[in-house]
Amino acid sequence: MSKQVRSLVIAGNGTNCEREVAEACRLAGSEVAEAVHVAELLAGRVKLEDYHFLNLAGGFLDGDDLGSAKAGANRLLHAPVAGGGASLAEQIGQFIADGKLIMGVCNGFQLMVKMGLLPAAEQNYQQQSCTLTHNDCGRFVDRWTYLQTDSASPCIYTKGLEGIYLPVRHGEGKFVVESAATLQAIEDAHLVPLRYADAGFNPTMDYPANPNGSIAAIAGVCDPTGRLFGLMPHPEAYVHYTQHPRWTREELAEEGMGLWLYQNAINYIRANLL
Amino acid sequence: MPCRIVVGLKDGVRDARGERVKNEIRQHLGLDLDRVRTLDVYTLDAELSPAEIDAAAKGPLSDPVIQNVAVDRPLAEDFDVLIEVGFRPGVTDNIGRTAREAIQYLTGRPFAAGEAVYTSVQYLLTGAIDKAAAEQLVSGFLANGLIQRWTILTRDELDPAKGVPVCIPRVDATAEPRVQKMDLNVTDDALLQISRDGMLALNLEEMKTLQSYSNDPQVQAKRRENGLGAELTDVELEALAQTWSEHCKHKIFAAKIDYEDESGNKETIDSLFKTYIVGATRDIRQGLGKDDFCLSVFKDNAGVIRFNDDWSMVFKVETHNSPSALDPYGGALTGIVGCNRDGYGTGMGARLIFNTDVFCFASPFYDKPLPPRLLHPRRIFEGVVEGVEHGGNKSGIPTINGSIQFDERFAGKPLVYCGTASIMPATLNGQPCHEKQVQVGDHIIMTGGRIGKDGIHGATFSSEELHEGSPVTAVQIGDPITQRRMFDFLIIARDRGLYNSITDNGAGGLSSSVGEMAEDTGGLEMHLDRAPLKYPGLQPWEILISEAQERMTLAVPDESLAAFMQLAAEMGVEATDLGLFTDSGYYHCLYAGETVCYLDMEFLHEGVPQMQIPAKWELKGHQEPSLSGRDLQADLLGLLGRLNICSKESVVRRYDHEVQAATIVKPLTGVVNDGPSDAAVYRPLFDSFEGIVTAHGICPSYSDIDTYHMMACAIDEALRNYVSVGGNIEHVAGLDNFCWCDPVESERTPDGAYKAAQLVRANKALYDYCVAFGVPLISGKDSMKNDYQIGETKISIPPTVLFSVIGKIEDVRKAVTMDVKTPGDLVYLLGATADELGGSEYYRMCGELGANVPQVDAKKAFKLYQTLNRAQEQGLLRSCHDLSDGGLAVSLAEKAFAGGFGIRADLDNIVAEAGLSDEALLFSESQSRLAVTLKPENRSAFEVLFADCDSALIGVVTAETSLVLSRGDRQLIAASNDQNKEAWQAPLREL
Repeated sequence: MSKQVRSLVIAGNGTNCEREVAEACRLAGSEVAEAVHVAELLAGRVKLEDYHFLNLAGGFLDGDDLGSAKAGANRLLHAPVAGGGASLAEQIGQFIADGKLIMGVCNGFQLMVKMGLLPAAEQNYQQQSCTLTHNDCGRFVDRWTYLQTDSASPCIYTKGLEGIYLPVRHGEGKFVVESAATLQAIEDAHLVPLRYADAGFNPTMDYPANPNGSIAAIAGVCDPTGRLFGLMPHPEAYVHYTQHPRWTREELAEEGMGLWLYQNAINYIRANLL
Repeated sequence: MPCRIVVGLKDGVRDARGERVKNEIRQHLGLDLDRVRTLDVYTLDAELSPAEIDAAAKGPLSDPVIQNVAVDRPLAEDFDVLIEVGFRPGVTDNIGRTAREAIQYLTGRPFAAGEAVYTSVQYLLTGAIDKAAAEQLVSGFLANGLIQRWTILTRDELDPAKGVPVCIPRVDATAEPRVQKMDLNVTDDALLQISRDGMLALNLEEMKTLQSYSNDPQVQAKRRENGLGAELTDVELEALAQTWSEHCKHKIFAAKIDYEDESGNKETIDSLFKTYIVGATRDIRQGLGKDDFCLSVFKDNAGVIRFNDDWSMVFKVETHNSPSALDPYGGALTGIVGCNRDGYGTGMGARLIFNTDVFCFASPFYDKPLPPRLLHPRRIFEGVVEGVEHGGNKSGIPTINGSIQFDERFAGKPLVYCGTASIMPATLNGQPCHEKQVQVGDHIIMTGGRIGKDGIHGATFSSEELHEGSPVTAVQIGDPITQRRMFDFLIIARDRGLYNSITDNGAGGLSSSVGEMAEDTGGLEMHLDRAPLKYPGLQPWEILISEAQERMTLAVPDESLAAFMQLAAEMGVEATDLGLFTDSGYYHCLYAGETVCYLDMEFLHEGVPQMQIPAKWELKGHQEPSLSGRDLQADLLGLLGRLNICSKESVVRRYDHEVQAATIVKPLTGVVNDGPSDAAVYRPLFDSFEGIVTAHGICPSYSDIDTYHMMACAIDEALRNYVSVGGNIEHVAGLDNFCWCDPVESERTPDGAYKAAQLVRANKALYDYCVAFGVPLISGKDSMKNDYQIGETKISIPPTVLFSVIGKIEDVRKAVTMDVKTPGDLVYLLGATADELGGSEYYRMCGELGANVPQVDAKKAFKLYQTLNRAQEQGLLRSCHDLSDGGLAVSLAEKAFAGGFGIRADLDNIVAEAGLSDEALLFSESQSRLAVTLKPENRSAFEVLFADCDSALIGVVTAETSLVLSRGDRQLIAASNDQNKEAWQAPLREL
């Protein structure tokens, strides 16, 4: 039993993608892949320490009413856990210190950035240095995007990948940095494993290939350990060829490109954490 | 001491919202401002220390990377006019609710009663604008006076120290609860006056039925035992009016109709609903015998059919027209989240899997003067689209199918159809999940949101035309997150077996939901004073009929009550015990221990008198026009740019159509993901490739000739879209949503008998074609008062039926999309073409109506669709696209540009009636036709399969990217894909 990879997806208060993220973890080989309502964590019945891989799924936490994931971040930081146990933010801090993996997709990425978990170039994990805000077009957009990867990035999720194709579905996906120095630090450390690109996988600032106007075409960032990773596109939405928008006209592999990210994560856990 | 927290963007951060507003002001009002910036304002009306306020301001309420924040001082500078828009008292403020929760987490203590956070938005306008123009701007565009209030200040008027004065939109709650008694022993005129004054929407006969009920000595004796006099209370009158409303009781569909056809033949129809809708399903189910796949029809919030041995699928389509006319955003948002509650609240509960949306609007480019109280169609368009966007996206439900129809008459009332499908296990804890039964002694539990004055009289209001006195309280704003939390909770409660029955609170609020559930046991006892309120001051009758959103009513047995309540508390969902289901035979409500309503259940549910409606059909003598010398190529481009045909991509992309990762055929398809799919394919289970297919048909333009054929064409259109992607024609169910103009003859509706005859004819076709296709009807809805009447102006919508279908594809990997795939593939046209341009998009473009409305041969069509299924199963088809608005030419143009290759076709080869004009060949809207492509090596297999169907090889897919259509040597059209696609994409690209 101790050799099982255990993946957790936190659900509730407006997450929408928890089922398909859990399924992606399962398909990628995670023996345990559970979507658990945050009420279970706040009741103290489920603890992060029992898992290796924490997934923060897409959705609209609290309706994104105070800005994407803002109220959700506030909950993780301040909501009491029954019985006076460690707050969820503290549990997450320990989880990171234990060398475990966290991936945030879309609203989960927004949540990580606004809690300071990403990009955390200085690895302090509590200081927000970047944000995700309204798309330049001013609207929600559902569209598939080409993404260039960075082979020099420490990101364990994109290891060995050369360019992938995934859908974005968001209204607040424009990546913004606090200062030029922040961007420089991120770039220097290769903390940008994914950039919006044209069909030839060259990064672009042009709409709609870059659907939101993100600076430096940033679609996803990782922390310096490469174990924390967030991205606006949805890897869990492309785990099988029939999810590709052109599957009826192109020759595609059975497994979708998004699954690769989960496989890398599970393989890393099997090699390093079990 | 209330305070204001103002949040604005730092210098150099792009204000996308401000830019969008600036553009929209230019487009809507022709006002070119230099700059528009936006600020968010939170007004905190709560006991908080300065440190707590500061922590809230710098914590959850602002983003330190891009925003500045100020407490009790303005951030606004460098502007000409400032407009601040907030909500009126009592209007749902979702952001305020979230801010309040966030502050409670921060401080660790709950807000006291009456404490709240209110939100508003500041617009800083720079440019040539004065206060008067700003007033016009805000009332005509930025805000909706029904739900919002505003402050306008010039730069000189803004206090530089304190900013905009604090405004607290708290509901004034001074009224004491009071029950009024109504004396119904008055003149007929006075009875009608009571109905009008109370927004009861009851006619004289119905009022007189109430009068004689209240005078019945036996009734009076029972009332006395419970402390009530002979006079009905306002609570009782309201409960009766809701239950008897057209909206809830469908009195027109239940009426006795005396129908006379064009030759003077007369018949009496005792309920259209029972005769044609229930009748069709009954006859089809009998015919299907052991293959019957219907599980629950007409009796629940939605229809349920079999998916496989382990799962059942649920589908419901609703309309939310009247509220959307007044507040397009709130009305449409409420429409979709309300339909979600129907989908969830069917049987014991079902997980929501997808939404569908169909809208009918006037042109957003409408440029004539508008009658009073009507919003510009463009505002309706944008508000409705945004409302459904927020409702669907935030709820995590993909919007996978829909369309938009345009007709000038929809300026009088837009139609907003919202559909929701859900999936439930075939059995739950050993019982069929699609069934439920309240038990005597079960607790009446209300969960979710609280009750306010929102949505009072929604049911009766939508049972009338839009008029001067239409109430503003009828408008509600949905709250997807509160609802999402409730569903997350309820599905766990369902699986743990904690309740016996569930239904949603929609029209009529508690009065309808509890009343309907109590039919299982034959009585109820409900304590209205126990209901949780948003603010004090509601009258007992208001509590009973409020349509405040996000509420479900459940029947929870004694033994699981504690577990149910504990789970609710843990998951942050409010649940309240309002009383008991009984077998007393009475609908019994109390307030503070006093009986305020005591109605015989049978009278309440069965007492409404049947209406009697005359219907007389007449032929209007329509003529075919004579057209000649048309430029056919220009006509094709014109058609592609028609609002009813052009690309809706700008809307589709605003809807998340892929969340849940199960949308296998998406709304947009083709080589660059922008071709128009015919239908959607959805894979609901991770461990099976079985799929659900959904599609729809809607053809209001044919109603101007004959609603019989309008209905037939809508059914055929839905089915041919459905089979086009691979839906199984032998496992599909239909839903009918009628939207009519008032068909009851009266002073205000002198042509009622004709409109009623149109209704009868549509129903006859519904029966005839559903039976012929073997498609059972499982649910539906009607909205019968889609008229606008103020002063001398009356606008009636064209009779419109949305026919939606849901069914099955055995293997989603066999689905077929509409785009051509490879040069060299053969192009076939399936089905026969006739001179059927009557009511067509082509004639409309030419300013004509015509007479030859398309007619459906169901027998031939069914055979064709079955054969198409065989071809799809055998993998013979590379693409398949239906022919609808604009006919063959439009269909082929779409196939070509979606696929990125050309088509060359000779139209002399098609199966057609002899002597057809070029126009008819190209643009006729004859039904039951599809254009398919296949690899040349599959030609013989395909031709053998279709030997008994109308099928013709008409051309080939070409590498050259253009559409070339000819008749023999004579070329009719040669247009590049780029040209066609541009014409098709341009009209709504910027919306």
